[in-house]
Amino acid sequence: MSHKINATFNNRPLTAEDGTTVGAALMANGVTSWRNTRKEGKPRGLFCGIGVCFDCLVEVDGEPNQRACMVRLTDGMRVNGAVTDTAEKEA
Amino acid sequence: MSSIEHYDVAIIGAGPAGLAAAATAAEHGARVVCIDANDQPGGQFWRHRPEETHPADDGSLHHDWKTYLRLRERFDAALGGSLRFYAGRHVWMAQREESGFTLRTTASAQAGRAAPGPQTVRATRLVVCAGGYDRQLPVPGWDLPGVMAAGGIQAFIKANGMLPGKRFVVAGTGPFLLPVAANLADAGGAVAAVCESADLTGWFPHLATAARVPAKALEGAAYAKSFLKHRIPYRTRTVVTEVLGSDRVQAVRTAKVDSRGRTVPGSERLIEDVDAVGFGWGFTAQLELPVALGAETRVDDDGSLVGVVDAQQHSSVPGLYLAGEVSGVGGAALAVVEGLIAGRAAAAATAARPSAAESSAADPRLVRKAATYRAFARAMHLAHPVPAGWQDWLRPDTTVCRCEEVTAGDIAAAKKHLCATDARTMKSMTRTGMGWCQGKVCGFAVSCLAGAEGASAESLQSVAKRPVGVPVTLSELLTLEDEQVLEITTDH
Repeated sequence: MSHKINATFNNRPLTAEDGTTVGAALMANGVTSWRNTRKEGKPRGLFCGIGVCFDCLVEVDGEPNQRACMVRLTDGMRVNGAVTDTAEKEA
Repeated sequence: MSSIEHYDVAIIGAGPAGLAAAATAAEHGARVVCIDANDQPGGQFWRHRPEETHPADDGSLHHDWKTYLRLRERFDAALGGSLRFYAGRHVWMAQREESGFTLRTTASAQAGRAAPGPQTVRATRLVVCAGGYDRQLPVPGWDLPGVMAAGGIQAFIKANGMLPGKRFVVAGTGPFLLPVAANLADAGGAVAAVCESADLTGWFPHLATAARVPAKALEGAAYAKSFLKHRIPYRTRTVVTEVLGSDRVQAVRTAKVDSRGRTVPGSERLIEDVDAVGFGWGFTAQLELPVALGAETRVDDDGSLVGVVDAQQHSSVPGLYLAGEVSGVGGAALAVVEGLIAGRAAAAATAARPSAAESSAADPRLVRKAATYRAFARAMHLAHPVPAGWQDWLRPDTTVCRCEEVTAGDIAAAKKHLCATDARTMKSMTRTGMGWCQGKVCGFAVSCLAGAEGASAESLQSVAKRPVGVPVTLSELLTLEDEQVLEITTDH
């Protein structure tokens, strides 16, 4: 049956119910955006929710460009927000 | 070295059409493979919580769950025999050869648990049941976090058992907005408003057609009951013209539209304390594989590009069948019927069972049922058009292409000064549709904005033309080389 999963987001603890996606786990923890756009540095989170739009990209266990709506959260998973060069420069 | 598996029939998608097609084809004796990008069957319509963590879904968030359970029983029964199911894999390229079709697949969620399955599959017949996704129109602020596709919100609830926000506005057009709002309310969310751009009197000319599908009226009555119970305001002839917020949704501005679909000046209203918005303007069929294979397409009554099929769901490409939204957006009940027809036709046409070919004519009862559902879908499309004045709510700085951040102003300039009057030229001039989603989200809007009289078939087809269906890594492209070597060695 379902239990709590312990993972990290940007090196901070991320806890969610087993069976949720990375995107849902982030939303459940109050994180609504986790990426900045390349040109304008705008915040982005979930949009299409079914793997079509690629707005919700995150880095998962060192692999960049993973769709948060398609990847399921697993124990010990290391999730990082994908902040692009432009946004970093502007920050 | 990559491996290649061979089958009589390949089915792409395990939603309503795909489940029906796969089970039927397997029951007719064909060796069948079914490939789906999600990690379990059901598609978007019957998306449910992971079966290993939540084995007993009671279907409370679902419509027609019994049909799903029946199809799933048949599907699972076939799994032990002539059916193979590969979940969590995208088909990123389809090619037609003399002996059939070659499909290249990639894991749809590589991180965490990479889905097992062959990289390459060959099949004599192919049934594409790829479904569709919410059609979108840009609006100022639609790229703020908290704005989602209406279907995306529903998928989120069904897959995760939680809400992507607290107080919602659902907007767009079509009966699909109703179950989304009902799901939100039933799951404990507040729905500030459902904004339907159409005037429901649009159904009047089609009442006789609608009456032939009583199940839809019953479904509608159930939503009406849910709306009353949760006090959800349902506003017709109303659109969301702006989403407001600094780094996430905080409010929406609505306006009335007149009978010609133009926004009425002075009718604006502000809905505050909103943290989530769901948009849906009908659906876009997932058409890149049929288009890549050269299938004939047409613009349907809803303005969506769909595949052309005959009574057996056979496309213009020999051996290629299309079922569900890819052959015309019409909902799950129609998709199941089309899947049953296509699955049987594809299996009967394979050399494996010549005896079945004798009974290859489609079951007339199913053909009649499909015609009734299609007539209903047509009525629905005509009663819920995209409002004619939607372009008026764009501002020069409104994002149209979310991936490449191309604005309405960029598009207007390219049209005026660079003669970009179709989606393909617009792509070259502005980079619309050149990002991650390859125009899946902005394609319809860009086709409308570029064209003088809305989205032409040619423009929509140029958007759907994506030889590589989903982004793949360079290492996956390299495996194509390996495979050729493998083929040559086996020939010796």
